[in-house]
Amino acid sequence: MRTLFYLFIGTVFGFIMTKSEAVSWFRIQEMFRFESFHMYGIIGTAVVTGALGVFLAKQLKIKAITGDELKLNPKNMSIPRYLFGGTIFGLGWAMTGACPGPMFTLLGHGVWMIGIVILGAVLGTYLYGVFRPKLPH
Amino acid sequence: MLELISEPWHWSVSGFAIATVMFVLLYAGKEFGVSGNLRTMCSIAGAGKNVEFFRFDWKAQRWNLLFIGGAVIGGWLATSVLPASAPAEVSTETVSYLNSIGIDGPTAESDFVPAELFSTEKIFSLGGILYALIGGLLVGFGTRWAGGCTSGHAISGLSNLQLPSLIAVIGFFIGGLLMSWFILPFILQL
Repeated sequence: MRTLFYLFIGTVFGFIMTKSEAVSWFRIQEMFRFESFHMYGIIGTAVVTGALGVFLAKQLKIKAITGDELKLNPKNMSIPRYLFGGTIFGLGWAMTGACPGPMFTLLGHGVWMIGIVILGAVLGTYLYGVFRPKLPH
Repeated sequence: MLELISEPWHWSVSGFAIATVMFVLLYAGKEFGVSGNLRTMCSIAGAGKNVEFFRFDWKAQRWNLLFIGGAVIGGWLATSVLPASAPAEVSTETVSYLNSIGIDGPTAESDFVPAELFSTEKIFSLGGILYALIGGLLVGFGTRWAGGCTSGHAISGLSNLQLPSLIAVIGFFIGGLLMSWFILPFILQL
């Protein structure tokens, strides 16, 4: 049952990514060139809805179905980690037009080249693991 | 009726739907974040033997692998079973700019990615492979260093009003702007 549940919610996510056109390389270029409101509208609506929901959930002390606290793990404060890591990700995002979620959705579209991007992303993650002790966090 | 979900959605509907996915996962006791799967994949491949970072209980992340498995199925459903009737209506300014650097706008055959970079025959060209591999490498390295991607930082983190996530998103834009405006036109000349 749980297997089916996560597979289902992932399917819904992949469907949303496609119909929202957030998986589109062209939409990502358009966003970084500030030539359309489309992507800003999507992320903006998601964040405003998300922030309202998280605020309400905290006020009403809503717990997860498991009885645990909601997983809203605060992240440790640091600047270099988020700024440098974020910038490197941004370079790759604009190059491939895909962040990690859409990469998998594009595979479902039959864009086989994205398999190489995924391979690169796994390799990049591995390299991060190797160099992690030497990087500022 | 089916057209309502098969045709491209308005941005507000899409944004609301993404937030709903995040809430469903939170309610299930999980955290919405896709890039963590890349670390899990390294661990499954045995990276934990040499690198400490990959020694963690990846089985607890099995649900997230199912989630991205679903994301593949969702992409197939949305293009093969319930396809939109026309490619995305990307801004004409963007399309004419892309034309000027040698990339066609969205077409019926290649509606989400440009054929010049991602058509299947590029698998047989060194330039094509390097482009995809380096792009992916930057995404993997950057997301893990930053501790999250668009889902973990831009959506989950900003929804929880976390300053680290805002810094990460500023980083995403510094990198994205540099690539789109300066580096991409240079690469495409090579």
